[in-house]
Amino acid sequence: MQFGFSGLPAKVSGFNIYYMTRAKEYIIEKCLFFSALITVLTTIGILLVLAIEAVDFFKEVSIIDFFTDSQWTPLFSEKHFGIMSLLAGTLLTTFIAIAVALPIGLTIAVYLSEYAPKSFRKTIKPLLEVLAAVPTVVYGFFALMVVTPFLQNFIPTLSGFNALSAGIVMGIMIIPFVSSLSEDALYAVPKSLREASYGMGSTRFQTSFKVLIPAASSGITASVILAISRAIGETMIVAIAAGQIPALTLNPLEPVQTITAFIVQVSSGDVPFGSLEHKTIFAAGISLFALTFILNSISFWINKKYQQQYE
Amino acid sequence: MVTKIESVKDYQMQEKANTETKPYKLETRNVNVYYSHNKVLQDVNIQVQPNTVTALIGPSGCGKSTYLRLFNRMNDYIDTFRKEGDILIDEKDIYHKRTKIEELRKTVGMVFQKPNPFPKSVYENVAYGLRIQGINKKNLLDEIVEKSIKQAALWDEVKDDLKKNALALSGGQQQRLCIARTLAVEPSVILMDEPASALDPISTAKIEDLIYKLKQHYTILIVTHNMQQAGRVSDKTGFFYLGELIEFGDTKQIFTNPKNEKTENYIRGRFG
Amino acid sequence: MNNAATNRIKDKLFKYFGIVCTLIGLTVLAIFIIDILIDGVQRLDWKFITNLPSRFPEKAGILTAWTGTLWIFFLTAIIAIPLGIAAGIYLEEYSKKGRLANLLEINIANLAGVPSIIYGILGLEIFVRVLKFGGSLLAGSFTLALLILPIIIVSTREAVKAVPKTIKEASFALGATKWQTIWNQVLPAASSNIITGIILALARAVGETAPLIVIGALAYVPFVAKTPMDEFTVLPMQIFNWVSRPQHGFIINAAAAIIILLCVVFVMNGIAVYLRNRAQRKIQW
Repeated sequence: MQFGFSGLPAKVSGFNIYYMTRAKEYIIEKCLFFSALITVLTTIGILLVLAIEAVDFFKEVSIIDFFTDSQWTPLFSEKHFGIMSLLAGTLLTTFIAIAVALPIGLTIAVYLSEYAPKSFRKTIKPLLEVLAAVPTVVYGFFALMVVTPFLQNFIPTLSGFNALSAGIVMGIMIIPFVSSLSEDALYAVPKSLREASYGMGSTRFQTSFKVLIPAASSGITASVILAISRAIGETMIVAIAAGQIPALTLNPLEPVQTITAFIVQVSSGDVPFGSLEHKTIFAAGISLFALTFILNSISFWINKKYQQQYE
Repeated sequence: MVTKIESVKDYQMQEKANTETKPYKLETRNVNVYYSHNKVLQDVNIQVQPNTVTALIGPSGCGKSTYLRLFNRMNDYIDTFRKEGDILIDEKDIYHKRTKIEELRKTVGMVFQKPNPFPKSVYENVAYGLRIQGINKKNLLDEIVEKSIKQAALWDEVKDDLKKNALALSGGQQQRLCIARTLAVEPSVILMDEPASALDPISTAKIEDLIYKLKQHYTILIVTHNMQQAGRVSDKTGFFYLGELIEFGDTKQIFTNPKNEKTENYIRGRFG
Repeated sequence: MNNAATNRIKDKLFKYFGIVCTLIGLTVLAIFIIDILIDGVQRLDWKFITNLPSRFPEKAGILTAWTGTLWIFFLTAIIAIPLGIAAGIYLEEYSKKGRLANLLEINIANLAGVPSIIYGILGLEIFVRVLKFGGSLLAGSFTLALLILPIIIVSTREAVKAVPKTIKEASFALGATKWQTIWNQVLPAASSNIITGIILALARAVGETAPLIVIGALAYVPFVAKTPMDEFTVLPMQIFNWVSRPQHGFIINAAAAIIILLCVVFVMNGIAVYLRNRAQRKIQW
């Protein structure tokens, strides 16, 4: 078998070129592999950093206190380290956000999937993505400067920093999450179910709520859980508009502080590195990470089961 | 061996003797192919002479494409692929551990069923096989590109605009471009997997003409569903059925006087 | 009124409700933007863009902020783009289906859901403290690069997946190696979609505040950063800083800075959407 070419020049003998190429291919593959490995290193890094520093923190603060103390005042002279207040702030704002985003997002999903003409759908979808593209610090400004004064017209007891404005604006930011993922879930419902329902004379409304949404419920649930996770991890909107005072309250009209806002507060201050006050960042961080990780995993697991169902 | 040529018949006999003493270009011995536990080819023995066209016919899914792809090891990309037996080109085992696959593929070219030109210009499509070997001198490339496109009977249609995007050509033109692309690296064997099945009759006729002309310089193995095509262009034909080679012989004999009943039924259109 | 009529009414009502919901978010955003424009446009002038920050709102400008943003943009791009594309190519073209591949995939999905402030904490320990970059541009851009890496990886994977297998087959059949095929055929064919993903990822990085606060980017930086080891601030941080001040003048400044930030982010997103549409309209394979 001729490995050369008649009339074509060969600078190096074919043999050498071959092994050089093999070596080059091997090196390239290893480089690409290490790039992919960086993602694993990132996760390991996050886990290590949070774990090590949190362990350090819990040497000085008892875990029981951490979970049961009703106050969080690490920066005051009388120090309390109960995560419940921060957790309350986080959950309150998240709840309001979901209360806004879920009905609106799901309605949009149903509307675009069953009612809207194709051209409308095509133009609207990228526009909705714009809501997610706005930097969160801008949303924070809106919450503080536009929404709060506006709401104060109707609710005179609304304080300047409150959970309600922040929650509402977060909800608006999250709408595309819920609508887009729910729409995907609705789209994945087999055509046969749709046709069966319409074929019986059901309206779009009936089909959507009695057939499609139940059928897509796993996908929709997964998307809501992801949205919750996103809201829990949100920082700037709440840091700007929800307040800097932790309060164990469910009253949306009062200031609250979320886990994320607290981390920002300590980071922008003058707390010396290595001090107990500074270590609170990592205690807060690991709580936050644990929450979002669990939610993301549940969502992922639901989606996986859901995919198997339709395969 | 005929010592003196006194008639056309003598000449023909000598040609036959000549071809048959040359070593086989392609050969498979006792080849079995499995995808996991699925046996798709059973004990296939074929010998292909150089500078001939061999057609492989048979109903869909009978392993013809798999067989074809043994020769340029394109089956290697399928995880579950497994083979037994020997596959030889120029009497060398191409599945040997030391075989340089990229070199193999430069000597064994392939034309696919659906034309698959690269989304680049006509020129770059043909030059690609050369560029990846490090041949970059414009004069040399120009020369080989022109020669290959002419060999593929496409030159007149594209010579005015070689920078045109290949995807803008018609189906038949694209397929001839793919053939030109294969010819550019100067293979000695060309594998064709139903090259005209996606084309209109006029393009098909052009491709068949081309195959007939290419025979002079290349050994061609062609899978086809079109029996008339097989009859028109090939010297030898092999009939595959359910992974087994049922019959292999001169095309003329297979189509006029098949030895095996299954072959006859297929030829007469009674199934497949 | 019988059942059928009730159902039809419900159907129609829901249709209108659907339209309202669809437009609510955008309408609210539009109101926000109009409010910003009303407040901030007056402040936008050349001085504003070229002034350093100051204690006096009338004198304060965004010079250090937007130069910081520019720095962050380029540094983050240099780090994240090659890494992200390389990782995406590996995952899509090289890694064989198996436990390792699954693990890598799950891991990336998880990273995409980690709050950005956690990346800030990671950056604080690793880049600021252990690697001793300090609260510098280098620390900031490495941190943001890790944040947007999953976005680029996923975009690259999707883009590469969309390249028809037949192109790769043709390339292999001509004797090209795997990398030759990827470099010469797959990447060029996937480039539009990859670039779209990159632009969206960078737009995200440019708008991020929380991670940079945690790694120690300062709010008051009275000098323009000149080297990657310098301390810095960025537009979003400047906005955050001004919003936190009581004086009304700073609120106006914040509004003006927001206008500029939004312009940058919207232009980037617009380019990405334009590229994506163009890629879809190109000659179909």
